[in-house]
Amino acid sequence: MSQVLPAEGGLRRIIGDGESRPDGEVEGLGPEQLLTLYRHLVLLRTYDERSVIYHRQGRIGTYAIFWNHEAMQAGSVLALEERDWVFPSYRDSAIGLLRGMPVSTVLSWWRGHPAGWWNPEDYNVASICVPIATQIPHAVGFAWGSRLKGEDRVAIVNFGDGATSEGSFHEGATFAGVMKAPVVLFCNNNQWAISTPLSAQTAAPTLADKAIGYGMPGLRVDGGDVLAVYEATREAVARARAGDGPTFIEAVTYRVAPHATADDPSLYIDEERAREERENECVGRYEQYLRRLGVLTEEQVAAIRAEALELMRVGIAQAEAEPPADVSLVFEHAYANPPPTQATDLAELRRILG
Amino acid sequence: MKELMLVDAVNDALHVEMERDPSVLVMGEDVGRLGGVFRATAGLQDRFGVERCIDTPLAEAGILGTAVGLCMAGWRPVCEMQYDAFSYPALDQLINHVGRYRWRTRGKMSFPLVIRMPYGGSVRAPELHDDSPETYYVHTPGVKVAIPSTPADAKGLLAAAIRDPDPVVVLEPKLIYRLARGDVPEGEHVVPLGKARVAREGSDVTIVAYGAMVGVAERVAESLVGEASCEVLDLRSLKPLDEDSLLASVAKTGHAVVVQEAPRVCGFASEVAAVLAEKAIFDLRGPVLRVTGYDVPYPYWQLEDAYVPSEARVVDAVRRVLAA
Repeated sequence: MSQVLPAEGGLRRIIGDGESRPDGEVEGLGPEQLLTLYRHLVLLRTYDERSVIYHRQGRIGTYAIFWNHEAMQAGSVLALEERDWVFPSYRDSAIGLLRGMPVSTVLSWWRGHPAGWWNPEDYNVASICVPIATQIPHAVGFAWGSRLKGEDRVAIVNFGDGATSEGSFHEGATFAGVMKAPVVLFCNNNQWAISTPLSAQTAAPTLADKAIGYGMPGLRVDGGDVLAVYEATREAVARARAGDGPTFIEAVTYRVAPHATADDPSLYIDEERAREERENECVGRYEQYLRRLGVLTEEQVAAIRAEALELMRVGIAQAEAEPPADVSLVFEHAYANPPPTQATDLAELRRILG
Repeated sequence: MKELMLVDAVNDALHVEMERDPSVLVMGEDVGRLGGVFRATAGLQDRFGVERCIDTPLAEAGILGTAVGLCMAGWRPVCEMQYDAFSYPALDQLINHVGRYRWRTRGKMSFPLVIRMPYGGSVRAPELHDDSPETYYVHTPGVKVAIPSTPADAKGLLAAAIRDPDPVVVLEPKLIYRLARGDVPEGEHVVPLGKARVAREGSDVTIVAYGAMVGVAERVAESLVGEASCEVLDLRSLKPLDEDSLLASVAKTGHAVVVQEAPRVCGFASEVAAVLAEKAIFDLRGPVLRVTGYDVPYPYWQLEDAYVPSEARVVDAVRRVLAA
């Protein structure tokens, strides 16, 4: 049996603090999977920290930082089978790394290079969704359509607290409930939508309260606790696979970094609170948990970090080595059967470019 | 061949294409048990079941958004928007996703969905049941647009849209759902996208039209017999546009009048006029005139006849271009 413990605000948690709050445990997670989870967290953290540096060096464009969101991404993905699909938001841009996507692909996306546009079927990871919440109906349609085809596939869609104010959330969740779609609506509630706090986003006491309106269960989990995220998602995935329909998960965390590299949170955020949350960040919490459990050594920590840094070093080198994209890609792939004007436009562009 | 009303030709196309391809499904508001508010989908749920003719929640963005996911799961959804003016919530999905998802996968995934809806005015309907929204759709990259004016084309263009690997919007002129009758080929019938139709041959002026305006143009041509020989070009598909047929007709007549129900500014008639200005200026012997709806909200139905291009307004435009 898993041992899930209550935390403030009715959040589910597993990881304690080594002092007054005891550790729980997740049934069925052996040392190997616990280490995989750690490796995933470190990979995402390293990706994020290096990306901010690459941005400052002018090597990638504007970048949406996900520091302290890694537990929600890694914990939820580990609860899926490979055949299940992930529908990420831009805050989850690197989630494909957990499915074997090369680092260079994600970096290329942030470099605005066509090499960053992948085939979703290669990783069962949909394209990064930049508009807010509009990928929710996609995930619902995919899950529902898979069930109609008799295929055993679940979809998970990641979005933020701001997304729950969008019509697409409402319409997607409505369809999910009515169609009993095998989908998990995973909300990373980091309490900020750029400068808009949750209190200005909704009058609902919690976001999970919204779930009942769509006829689905709503779970609240500590979004900084990777094991609690894993356990809640596993429960939701099992419900979906059993044909019992969708689940809404509200994972509560705190955005301690700017919304994106172009943002200045000093204009609106409570820096004291952010500092406290930063000290309690999700990768460190899990690392301490593993140490208490005795399944993580200093050597492993060093090796896993070095491995992630090396992946990034190779990834940025590969992304920067991509040859410049040919202008034909301005036109290519917009249509399977393009209107004839595309060929004349390309010919004219080539003539002018010489 | 059998004689059908336009709306029944739509229904026939859906039956034939769903029979032919088990991945085609129909979804929308009231399309199942009711068979659609215009009965365009009547009989489909009985024939193909509730999983292939789906009554959805009243949520247009949800319909189109889930259709994107259904494509990713291997379906070819045909989405009905109940009315033109109710389709706008789906524009977010259309512009941000439907039109660009194939491109975002560098051509690896296709989104062969169809959006079909009744459109246009003159039906004495309540407010916001009368719009001509084609420009929004034509203006969206990655999306094709077809508009039939005859029962045979209603079947053939919809079949082409369903089989097309790209997303296609099919606008069905609701005014002539039951007014237009004509011979329709039985069984499979496809009218390729991007091929205009010379609805009537003439030598003095080309009246370019689509949808319910084709009938207006044809009646104008008939009324002007002896005064002017009017060619009527039914575009049938706005994107891809059959520029060759357009230019060939204007090369012959040297005059063009373009008719649309939609408001004038940046309407599709403006695109036609621009193509003629760029590619047919030396064939033209007079200005290209547009006869369109006005740049106002679609009016109360007691005044709608003053808004929708009338035969008198088209006749006036033909006389003006020929007098120039």
